[in-house]
Amino acid sequence: MSSAHVTPGSVPGPKLAAHFASLEVQKHAARLGMWLFLATEILLFAGLFACYAAYRFLFPEAWAASSRSLDLTMGTINTVVLITSSFTAAMAVHYAKEGKNKMVGHMNVLTLLMAVGFLVIKFFEYKHKFHIGTLPGRYYFYEGIQLPGAPMYFSVYFASTALHALHVVIGMTVLAFATVRAYRVGDFSANNYTQVELGSMYWHLVDLVWIFLFPMLYLV
Amino acid sequence: MTPSSSIAAPGAVPGHEAHDDHGHHPSYLTDGTTVKSWLLTVDHKRIGIMYLAWILLFFLVGGIFALLIRIELLTPGPTIMDAMTYNRVFTLHGVVMIFLFMIPAIPSVFGNFLLPLMLGAKDVAFPRLNLLSLYVYLAGAGFALWGMLNGGLDTGWTFYTPYSAHTTTTVAPVLFGAFIIGFSSILTGMNFIVTTHTMRAPGITWFKMPLMVWALYATSCIQVLATPVIGLLLLLVTAENLFSLGMFDVARGGDPVLFQHLFWFYSHPAVYIMVLPAFGVMSEVVSTFSRKNIFGYRAVAYSSVGIAFVGFFAWGHHMFVSGQSTFNAGVFGVLSMLVGVFTAIKVFNWVGTVYKGAVEFSTPFAYFCGFLFFTVFGGMTGIAVATVSLDVAWHDTYFVVAHFHFIMVGATIMAFLAALHYWFPKMFGKMYHEGWGLVSAALIILGFNATFIPQFLVGNAGMPRRYYEYPERFQALNVASTAGASLLAFGFIIIAIYLTYALIYGERVDNPWHSKGYEWLTHSPPPTHNFIGPQPTYPEEPHFYVDPKKAQGEVSDV
Repeated sequence: MSSAHVTPGSVPGPKLAAHFASLEVQKHAARLGMWLFLATEILLFAGLFACYAAYRFLFPEAWAASSRSLDLTMGTINTVVLITSSFTAAMAVHYAKEGKNKMVGHMNVLTLLMAVGFLVIKFFEYKHKFHIGTLPGRYYFYEGIQLPGAPMYFSVYFASTALHALHVVIGMTVLAFATVRAYRVGDFSANNYTQVELGSMYWHLVDLVWIFLFPMLYLV
Repeated sequence: MTPSSSIAAPGAVPGHEAHDDHGHHPSYLTDGTTVKSWLLTVDHKRIGIMYLAWILLFFLVGGIFALLIRIELLTPGPTIMDAMTYNRVFTLHGVVMIFLFMIPAIPSVFGNFLLPLMLGAKDVAFPRLNLLSLYVYLAGAGFALWGMLNGGLDTGWTFYTPYSAHTTTTVAPVLFGAFIIGFSSILTGMNFIVTTHTMRAPGITWFKMPLMVWALYATSCIQVLATPVIGLLLLLVTAENLFSLGMFDVARGGDPVLFQHLFWFYSHPAVYIMVLPAFGVMSEVVSTFSRKNIFGYRAVAYSSVGIAFVGFFAWGHHMFVSGQSTFNAGVFGVLSMLVGVFTAIKVFNWVGTVYKGAVEFSTPFAYFCGFLFFTVFGGMTGIAVATVSLDVAWHDTYFVVAHFHFIMVGATIMAFLAALHYWFPKMFGKMYHEGWGLVSAALIILGFNATFIPQFLVGNAGMPRRYYEYPERFQALNVASTAGASLLAFGFIIIAIYLTYALIYGERVDNPWHSKGYEWLTHSPPPTHNFIGPQPTYPEEPHFYVDPKKAQGEVSDV
């Protein structure tokens, strides 16, 4: 529970919660907690990777054919967009450490815009699939690939990209909070940037998962 | 104050000053009495108590369904319900007991209450996250119970596909509920790991942590590493049930064995989520009531971590008859048996602690004795079912049911009750009637044996699990089992009565066991921020009892 309360206009400074011995410990705890949480997120996706590996082994041909049916251009653009957004997220931390709150906000807004861009491109990819019928399981009606296992590929595809998209949305929410705080309260500084840093760490995870999903689904 | 009691040196012990201050400082129980002050609290002790209340409620629900199962099995044919109801009842029993009671029972109640106290911290690292995990747990429970009341499900608690993807009963809300409860488990685990890393009071090094903390730490590691995988699996099965993904459906090219792999990758380590904290409780209890430092502290600490590690490589023993290769089955069998080695290390050390100790045969110690029996017996039958050739015969019979009830339920319930009785004075500052405690302990231990030993026999004779009818020749043993279950239920009723009585009329106590555990270095019940006055210092190990005879002589002093 935070004991101190920073009101706008007061000297920017970190808040030490009552149950921590020092700020150093508090920061360490926050970061350790975030790393653990990110580890659980990786494991969440690891289950999907295991499904992917098992079914790729069972249906190698359907897997190859379905993988080629994806729109590589859109996927590549999305990858570039997401990697760039990771850069701006990192810059936000950089500026937070320097106490440049306005720049923190700007960088986060850029990140959020790219996140929206990513989702829009994803939307069009999904829409195309709904149109031609490359859908999971029972809903599959695409004439182009008639191999057994092709519906399974799209089950894995939709499960993993949808779960990833959900994480994009969660990441956007987290970043939005830091953005509002940077603009409104503006108390990020050299010894008070944990919120920006953790938000950015989460965003890097979202990016990292995509960097695994992209080659897995589109390239191999 | 005798010189031999160095841990209680002046200035070192706020609990010492506690006697002078008694009544002047509000305890965490009296610091705010409104409903809001409880529901929105961030105090780890209040959160622990709220968990206790809910978990006892779910234990009651699961227990009632256990009794319904036993009554149904009293006669070979239909007794009190039809087949579909029976399927729903045993599923409900399993889901409630596993996800709502066994997994959170000790970590969430006693872990929450004790971990910061044992580390000399004012709270867990993330108090608000801690409160959130309680509400996430309740939300998940709400989802699951809502699904069960609206039609229920008949898949068994393992939700095996492809059946769970096809059944018309309400699977999705229950699966989603279990997924949400998993979140709560992850949050609690994270919180404990970070607390253990960052909040230890000066003087508490890793090897001066109480063994309960080691056990909770190892448990938290499993929670954090295993739960996300079942989280994903539950999401996939929910999606499969709602949108026919076909991921685990043979008809659509899916593979149900993949489901089993992912399911047991969590659910086997989950056994250790249930039983490791129990081991931690027992290490505390055996040391306190033998008045001896725990024998082989490091071995006990390391073996917790060892169980947590090996537990991840044992899941395949649930799949001996699923069609995995003989080689795989052999490897998984051997890896499963390794868990027995680590458990044996603990058992030998506990016995070594009791040896030549000044044993005080109190209620918690009675549960320790029951626990020792269930762990050894359950563990040995575990080695037996980890043997591939034997498991092929016993698979999905009542032998396996009896085995896991012995090790998971027997050991965990013993530890839960031992913890409840051992820390009841710590939590409420009140003492219960020891005589009734011992009576109910005897009833419960006897009742438990009477319930499950017949199940070993009936399983070995070939009675399959989850069937609601059975041939005439199994009846005698089933009647014995049901009789045992009623004895067990009777024991729990007695406990409920005398603990409730103690809560209201119990005698005020501070440290009735004269325990030297770190958590007793403060008042009972503790004040809101755990310690009044200066931070305690920790010159001795947590299980430090100078000399059995001397320690008994000086007890009135501490």
